[in-house]
Amino acid sequence: MPLTDGSASNQRVALNLKGVTRRFGSFVAVDNLNMTIKTGERRAILGSNGAGKTTLFNLITGDFPLSEGSIEIEGVESSTLPTHKRIQAGLRRTYQHALLFDSLSVRDTLLLAVVGIHNKWPLFYPLKKNSKYHEKAEALAKVAGLSSKMDVLVGALSHGQKRQLEIGIALSGDPKIVLFDEPAAGLSPAERPVLTELLLSLPKKLSVILIEHDMDIALETSNIVSVMHNGKHLLEGEPEEVVHSDIVREIYVGKRQ
Amino acid sequence: MSRTLLLIVVILIILPAFISDFWLNQILTRSIILGIAALSLTFLTTYLGVVSFAQITLAGVAGYTIAYFSPNTTGLGIELPWLFAVALALLFSTLAGAFVGAIAKKSVGIYSIMITLAISMAFFYFTRQNYSIFNGWTGFSGITAPVAFGVSLEDSLVFYYATLLSATAAGYLVVKFTSSPLGLAVQGVKDAARRVRAIGIPTTPVIIAAYAFSGFIAGMSGVLNVWQQERISSFSVGLGPTIDLLIIAVIGGMRHPLGAFIGAITYVLIDTFVIDLFSRDRFNMIIGLVLLFIVMAAPQGILGSFLSAQKRIRKYDNNAIKRKIKNDCEI
Repeated sequence: MPLTDGSASNQRVALNLKGVTRRFGSFVAVDNLNMTIKTGERRAILGSNGAGKTTLFNLITGDFPLSEGSIEIEGVESSTLPTHKRIQAGLRRTYQHALLFDSLSVRDTLLLAVVGIHNKWPLFYPLKKNSKYHEKAEALAKVAGLSSKMDVLVGALSHGQKRQLEIGIALSGDPKIVLFDEPAAGLSPAERPVLTELLLSLPKKLSVILIEHDMDIALETSNIVSVMHNGKHLLEGEPEEVVHSDIVREIYVGKRQ
Repeated sequence: MSRTLLLIVVILIILPAFISDFWLNQILTRSIILGIAALSLTFLTTYLGVVSFAQITLAGVAGYTIAYFSPNTTGLGIELPWLFAVALALLFSTLAGAFVGAIAKKSVGIYSIMITLAISMAFFYFTRQNYSIFNGWTGFSGITAPVAFGVSLEDSLVFYYATLLSATAAGYLVVKFTSSPLGLAVQGVKDAARRVRAIGIPTTPVIIAAYAFSGFIAGMSGVLNVWQQERISSFSVGLGPTIDLLIIAVIGGMRHPLGAFIGAITYVLIDTFVIDLFSRDRFNMIIGLVLLFIVMAAPQGILGSFLSAQKRIRKYDNNAIKRKIKNDCEI
């Protein structure tokens, strides 16, 4: 099945998916999917709507339980772990449709992301303004380009700014694997290069899985590409190779007459 | 807003010098006690996004605890030093809040209402039918407020100030709690529970903590209520007071902790003076009409409408200033 390995074989495995399956009644959304993500790997997942890409993300994070198969995060069997434990293990994600706290400010949202990762959320008294958690939240805002919006309510942010905030949240703490679910969706042509730059500037040791319909962003920021169709992992390989494969052409354009 | 709050507190401090004992006891003190109970409800509604019918139950848990461990004329209970009794009352109401939260943790909307209503009614019938702890139908009477730090809380002025202090403390606690990490997580659960889990925070303990905190606040009002009324029975935790609390919260508005107190004083004024204007039997009609009016004309409650109006006036003022500057520049 694989065209090429795509990255050095001696690298550590960050995420290992074995026989991952999810059924909704008789419909199989993700079908016996195997995938190995190595540390530092940048993988784009391509596929038409309904291919099962977002469902796969929901299975990896534990938003949905698996019907079959297993998920290992950093070598630890995590199939039955609740979402927050997987996050504590180094997994992060963004959502296709920004899922944020509209009634909180950007500052409070990022602060919550920081205290969540550092397990300080049970504190029931306000943190000092100069605490290290506030500093970390400020740093995240800087990475996400939202430093000037710290006191704005999230509900009042523009679509693009919400996307930036999603990324800021996903980078809190010390992430090991980040799942980006269509980060460019709804962004203007001017905002897209900023996103590309942000994705390219992520730390080298970070493993990234990216679902993206914008081929330019997906191919520019990844070193390995997977193709999903009808819940199956059809093939994986280097970006150029995959894009020119007949299977991908069939999925996106249709069979040659 | 904080300056307004300070002004309100200052007015409330000097007010007893100008009003009769009746107004002090039956209007002000009673309103503040009801306001604290309503605050425990508006906290849950505003920040966790659930409507709980169990707040009177939580206040009742604290009320029965203080009755059981205080001197009373019922001949039931164990007398403890008042500080211990208060600590136990608040502990039990907090634990009861956690218990309600653990049961209602996955419910929102009509389901949280139904579950908390069921808990509230179960507690009502339990107190009514149990005689060994709750003394059944008749409950506890003759409970005396203690002498605290050399001053008797039976003195109406002292009790008023103790109540005012408690209300200020409750408001302060709510404000501080909501800006703490746990309080932010509570608000996060209201907006997007899935996202809270996706930043590494389990939602169940957060929800339970919010209910427990509301139990603590409700417990404060429960203790004060028993000291003021000098009695507690199953009627104190029945459906009537449960619905009254919701009416208070809706009338006052849920956007700001102060709304609970504005709702409470409006309710108490209607409750007290409707007898003089009409008759006791017409109370439900009057409060019903007020509630209808609020729901239809000012869904954010009295305080919410006031704040919106203030915002509109400010915006109007700012626009007027901008026009004036523009005109001046053009000239």
